[in-house]
Order: sequence, then structure tokens, then C-alpha cells
Amino acid sequence: MKVLISGNEAIAEGAIQAGCSFYAGYPITPQNEIPAYMSVHMPQAGGVFIQAESELAAINMVYGASATGVRSMTSSSSPGVSLKQEGISYIAGAELPAVIVNIMRGGPGLGNIAPSQSDYFQATHGGGHGDYRLIVLAPATVQEAYDFMSLGFSLAEKYRNPAMILGDGMLAQMMEPINIKKSRIKNQKYARPWALTGCRGRKPNIVKSFYMQEGDLEKFNLHLQEKYKTIEAQEQRHEGLFLDDAEIVLVSYGSMSRIAKGAVQRLREKGKKVGLLRPVSLWPFPKKAFGQIRVHPGGRLKFLVIEMSYGQMLNDVKLALNCKYPVEFLGRAGGGIPTEDEIIKRTLSLLSR
Amino acid sequence: MKKIFSRPESLRDISTHYCSGCGHGIAHRLVAEVIDELKIRERVIAVAPVGCAVVAYDYWNFDCSEAAHGRALAVATAIKRVRPKNIVFTYQGDGDLAAIGANETIHAANRGENLSVIFINNAIYGMTGGQMAPTTLVGQKTATTQRGRAAQEHGHPLKISEMLGPLPGVKYVERVSLHSPQEVLKAKKAIKQAFQNQIGNIGFSLVEILSPCPTYWGLTPKKSLDWIRDVMVKEFPLGRIK
Repeated sequence: MKVLISGNEAIAEGAIQAGCSFYAGYPITPQNEIPAYMSVHMPQAGGVFIQAESELAAINMVYGASATGVRSMTSSSSPGVSLKQEGISYIAGAELPAVIVNIMRGGPGLGNIAPSQSDYFQATHGGGHGDYRLIVLAPATVQEAYDFMSLGFSLAEKYRNPAMILGDGMLAQMMEPINIKKSRIKNQKYARPWALTGCRGRKPNIVKSFYMQEGDLEKFNLHLQEKYKTIEAQEQRHEGLFLDDAEIVLVSYGSMSRIAKGAVQRLREKGKKVGLLRPVSLWPFPKKAFGQIRVHPGGRLKFLVIEMSYGQMLNDVKLALNCKYPVEFLGRAGGGIPTEDEIIKRTLSLLSR
Repeated sequence: MKKIFSRPESLRDISTHYCSGCGHGIAHRLVAEVIDELKIRERVIAVAPVGCAVVAYDYWNFDCSEAAHGRALAVATAIKRVRPKNIVFTYQGDGDLAAIGANETIHAANRGENLSVIFINNAIYGMTGGQMAPTTLVGQKTATTQRGRAAQEHGHPLKISEMLGPLPGVKYVERVSLHSPQEVLKAKKAIKQAFQNQIGNIGFSLVEILSPCPTYWGLTPKKSLDWIRDVMVKEFPLGRIK
């Protein structure tokens, strides 16, 4: 079924069709359409909607619902997601599946409500305490915003790990026609013998992240590290465009990559050998895709990272390339968005050097 | 020979880590006895706090979740909402329920969540080494009020049970104590009421239990019980609040 829908509504509807049965959230712009949509449609789908008293309560409600084995999520925007970090760490520590949506806005502090990509560090390199990892997916279209909810829940359950959908105010507020499937997932794919359901006919289950006996916490951390290695090996996702003969590869994710893609197409029309590599999973970072890009015989190769931040993904690109090729950066934040013209100008200047 | 007293099925056969004279062991047992008597062990999902009782799940013999400090009632709210047929309760200390988790406490109560709350008030933070709690008495010496709690500087003991009473969503609040066998029996009755209320879908029920902490009160176990009887109940009067 084709519908015209905003990014926020697509996320909410995508979650419901993915079988999400629990939503808790707290108002914050620019993601308010998600809880508003959920408040109507989640009860209709037989699930639970709660407007929590705070971001802390919301993420801990998700922890509780997830502990019973149901698909659970929350959504928020940058300052609210900062408040959720403790809870996210506990969810990772208790190995519970859950999906957290961050519709990024300008920061630091209260910042503003303009689109931004300034929470990349927080999402991919920690945020909360402890050696945990968050699976992070970055949709670039409203269709992907819808589709990635299902993917996010599936990965979260497969690995018993929280997953984040990282979008921004631009993606959340714009409307696009998308295909939706009115076929709500009823049976979750992965068994959940760990879930709290009452101990009838089995030994009691305990959901916890506390390991006081000497050596136990280190052992648990090693188990997490093994899991993260598997995720890094199996779950890298990216989109590539004109990478075979590119002399300059633009690297950009989320809605920013749409603008970069527009610049690539215009530059190709001018005969310029420009490509695009869009990380779709921000963690695991698609290192393999970077490793596969080769400089073509007699040619040269440069990278230009473009973000709505002051260079948060930049270091991951440099590491993925092992500093083999020059990496340049173009970024704006706080409401500034690099334009197609700015990208073209910068790319042409790099090509002429 | 007829067996007339034994360990409840809801309590595992292991020693606790609690200090001698601590009230948690008694409170854990009372909860376990009530759950056995109501035959709900296989339906129960407990939420343990952060504090001395963090590993309550090692002692109880039913499903249990840990919660971040202060968030037990947010966790419990979600569990009960998605599994309304289960019996869900939180077990929280004064720091967890009345300080860092005061917001969750007030809002879960105000929403009238059909939960049972066991609130252990020992007027101090035990696990972290005896700091001032919101329920610490004026004049009481703690690690962070070494000359005694001064009302002017630290405020008065927070009576969260009395604060919750007027909320329409709250159906039952009672303050009990563990300072004598007679009071322990009353405490058990109140705990049972809180669980029966949930079984009957009556709504939010909270039992505040005055409980001894000899280690951080700097008293013997016996003198700790006397201190509850002679001093603590004057600040926290026993009986039904709602």
C-alpha cells in the first residue's frame, strides 16, 4: 500500500508493523509525532502506550517491557537521548533487545530544534557507561525510516542488544510516498527463554547486569566482546554509488547523504569521477566497504566526509581507510546544512588540486 | 514428628549477605511467606532495587528483574502493563524510592498502577556506607551529616507515604515496623493486604517498613530495635495512612 507519510509517522507505523507492543516516551521536538501516533495506533494494535514522566522513566519502562520479551521501544531527540544513556547501558548490560529512536537536533545543551548529526559520537562510541555497543542504523529516506524499524527489532533480538535508529529533524518532518505492509508481525523469530513471565514450570529467570563475584564481570564482558565481534563481522551495511572509477568519494549518512547524492549526480553529468559511500549501519561501521575501494590504474583517490556536525564520523572513515588516502571534511551544525552547491564547489576544488 | 515451621518455597535455601541485626532478612521472608500463602509464586515478577537489597533475586525463588537506582517503579509499571495477569512488586529502600526515584514513585502512584510496593525505611544509605537518606532523622549522625542532620541545612525527614496518601490513584498505604515480634506480624498482614489488593485489581498499594540498620546506626541489633520503638516511630508514626 502506497501512502504519503512523514518520517516520524513512518517510524511509528514501521514499529507497529514490526510487532512492537510497547512504547514509552516523553515529549520533545522534533519527534513528537511518534508518541502522538503511538498513543492512537499502539492500543489499536493491542500494545501498550505510556507517556512517561521523564526520559529516565521512559527508557526504564522499555527495560521492563523488554525484560518480559515483548518488542519495546522509545523515541526522543538529542537532549532526551542524553538522559536515556544510563538506561541504555543497563539494557545492554542485561542483554535485552530494545529499539531507541534518536531524531537528532542541534546541540550542545538545549541547542535548537534544527536538523543535526551531532550525536554520532554518543550513538556509536558510548554515551552510557561501560564497554557496550549499540547497533546504530541511519535511514536516509522515509521508506528506510519505516523499513529500519523492522530491521532494528530483528537485529536487537538476534543479538540481545539495544539498537538505535539515528535520524534527524529533516528526515523526521519531511513527507514522502512509501510502501507499507499492513501485516503486523505476530510471532517473533527468536526464542526468549530468558524472559520474565512468571516461573511456572521452570526455574526462576533473573534479568540483571550486576556481577559482584570476582572474575564474573570480566567473563561477562568477554562474552559481550565476542558478541560485538560477530556483529561487526556480519552486520555492516552501506550504499555505494559510482565507486568503481571514482577519483573522489563523498562519504555521508542519513538525510545529509541525500544532498551529497544530488551533488554526485550533478558532478557526474559534468563528467567528473565522483562517487558516494553512505554508511547505513554506523555501528558496526562498514569498514569492509571502505577496504574494497581501489584507486583505478593511473588514477587517484580522495575522500570527502560531509556531515551535519563538525566531524564526528570523520575519524571512523580515516580508521577504516587506515590513512591510505587523503580524507577531507565539510561540515556544518547548529542548524547549518551543507548545500549541494557547497559540496560541488568543494569537490571541484579538491579535484583540481 | 509433625513439621510446623519451615522455609517458604519462595525463599531459597542460602545464607544472605546482610549484616547481623539487619531488617532485610525478615522483610524478605515476610514477602516470601505471603507469596506462598497466596499461592502466587509462579505468577510473581519482582523488581529489585539498587541498594543493600540489590541481590534480593539471589534469595527469592521467583522471576525477578534488577532496576537502575530509583527506577524500579518505571520498570514495574511496564512489566505489569504488558503482563497484567502477573503479580508485580517492587522492593525498594529509602534512597531508591524517596530520593533518586521520588519522581517515578509519585507518577506510578498517581497513575494508579496496580502494583505492590515494599518500601524499606531504615533512615540511611546502607550499601554505600551510611550516608544521609531523605528519611534520616533530624540530629541523626551519618557519613555525610557527621554532626547530625540539621533541618535548616538538610531539611526534615521526607514522609513520602503521607505525601502519596492524598493521590486518588493510591489505594492503600500503611507504615509498619520490624522492632518486635508483634510488629513483625502486623507487617506481614500489611504486606499480604498489598498483594491481595493487586490480585483484586484494586490498585497502587505501598507498605512502608521501618527496618533496623545496626551497622550504620552504630548500635547493637537489640538497641537498634529499641531505637525504632523509642525514636523512629515518633517521626514515622505506625498505622494505616490510607
